[in-house]
Amino acid sequence: MGKETPVTAPIVGKVVKVLTKEGDRVSENDEIATIEAMKMEMPIVAPVSGIVKQVNIQPGQVIQADTVIALIEQE
Amino acid sequence: MELLVKVLKNTGLYHLTWQNGVMIAVGGLFIWLAIRKKMEPYELLPIGIGIILGNLPLARLMNPPGDIQQSGILGVIFHYTLYYHNLLPPLIFLCLGAMTDFGPLIANPKTLLLGAAAQMGIYAAFWGAILLGFDIREAASIGIIGGADGPTTIYTSAQLAPHILGITAVCAYTYMALVPFIQPPIMRALTTLKERQIVMRQLRPVSKTERIVFPVFAATVIILLVPLSAPLIGMFMVGNLLRESGVVPRLADVAQNALMNAVTIFLMLAIGAWMSAENVFHIRTLKIMGLGFAAFAVGTAGGLLFAKFLNLFLKEKINPLIGSAGVSAVPMAARISQHLGQQANPKNFLLMHAMGPNVAGVIGSAVAAGIFLSILR
Repeated sequence: MGKETPVTAPIVGKVVKVLTKEGDRVSENDEIATIEAMKMEMPIVAPVSGIVKQVNIQPGQVIQADTVIALIEQE
Repeated sequence: MELLVKVLKNTGLYHLTWQNGVMIAVGGLFIWLAIRKKMEPYELLPIGIGIILGNLPLARLMNPPGDIQQSGILGVIFHYTLYYHNLLPPLIFLCLGAMTDFGPLIANPKTLLLGAAAQMGIYAAFWGAILLGFDIREAASIGIIGGADGPTTIYTSAQLAPHILGITAVCAYTYMALVPFIQPPIMRALTTLKERQIVMRQLRPVSKTERIVFPVFAATVIILLVPLSAPLIGMFMVGNLLRESGVVPRLADVAQNALMNAVTIFLMLAIGAWMSAENVFHIRTLKIMGLGFAAFAVGTAGGLLFAKFLNLFLKEKINPLIGSAGVSAVPMAARISQHLGQQANPKNFLLMHAMGPNVAGVIGSAVAAGIFLSILR
């Protein structure tokens, strides 16, 4: 069992797209979601490589800063 | 037959000059830019149609107040709310204050310095204008274009150089719309990749008390030091207090929506209609356009370089990309800092950090205007 790293929302915003799901393998800096704030769409990327263990958000949701949006287990 | 000739001679068409034609085309261009290219539509669309209306001869839309039934609607608006009494820019500032979040600035007060540094563009354009032969009051009005702030530019020009009012205003709004093209090359040229990758830690939460004290305290201090910035800074802080107090949501709502939109319509139409061929067709218009561009470029560089300078003394480094957001095209310049920051480092979120200098720059340009006015009025 590898270390579980949370992916947190950097700012308050609205989730536009969720580009990953549980079980996906991602590399560091892969885009895993798109968030919109101040009329700008910005990608949220994976901080580490690994397997996505949990995805806590869906499109259209407004999230606060520091919300854990996903968990990635490093291998 | 004679009557027919008289009727024809009274048509606008008979009196249309080629210069009017060019200005009408310019107005059409602004409308196209607003609609097709989505360039600052809230400003450029009414300005564009205003230019067209102002260049149709004999329409008398810009006739100033005078004898009964002689005035033009746009002339009256222009005269009473802008030219003779400078009302619309302070009103817009009230509305802007109601839409502004000072949280990032309060959380990181250093960014006030970045906002100040980016106002360097104002002084560069000022001296450039003097060198190009403008008198000191014109130069101040041209310099303020570098503040990247439409209402401040209009407010200053109306008092110091009303004969170039529309030109300075349109330059300010046009270059604000062009910030996504003007800033990035300068930002890349003046920063290293490593600097662009600097991650900035999340801003501390700002309490409601801080948000309420800030506008009152800031307005008091600034106006005591620079009294002639009061119409802009004072109204800005009134709007901000309406927003942050939380107890007058209906007033905040009007300021953010109905009032803002109404004033925008009147102000932009009046500015556009002012731009008749007679007012615009001078060599000085081209000089002003060049100086305005330089102002934005120098301001961008100033903010970036000052951030790098501050980093020499800071343990926790600032990402210099937020410095350029001191050129207060809100929030466009902050978005550009965000974009370039993420290009360099996908994990970096500079947007809220960049909002600090972005709103500080609004204060900075209003203070610069106040200083110019106190010396030159």
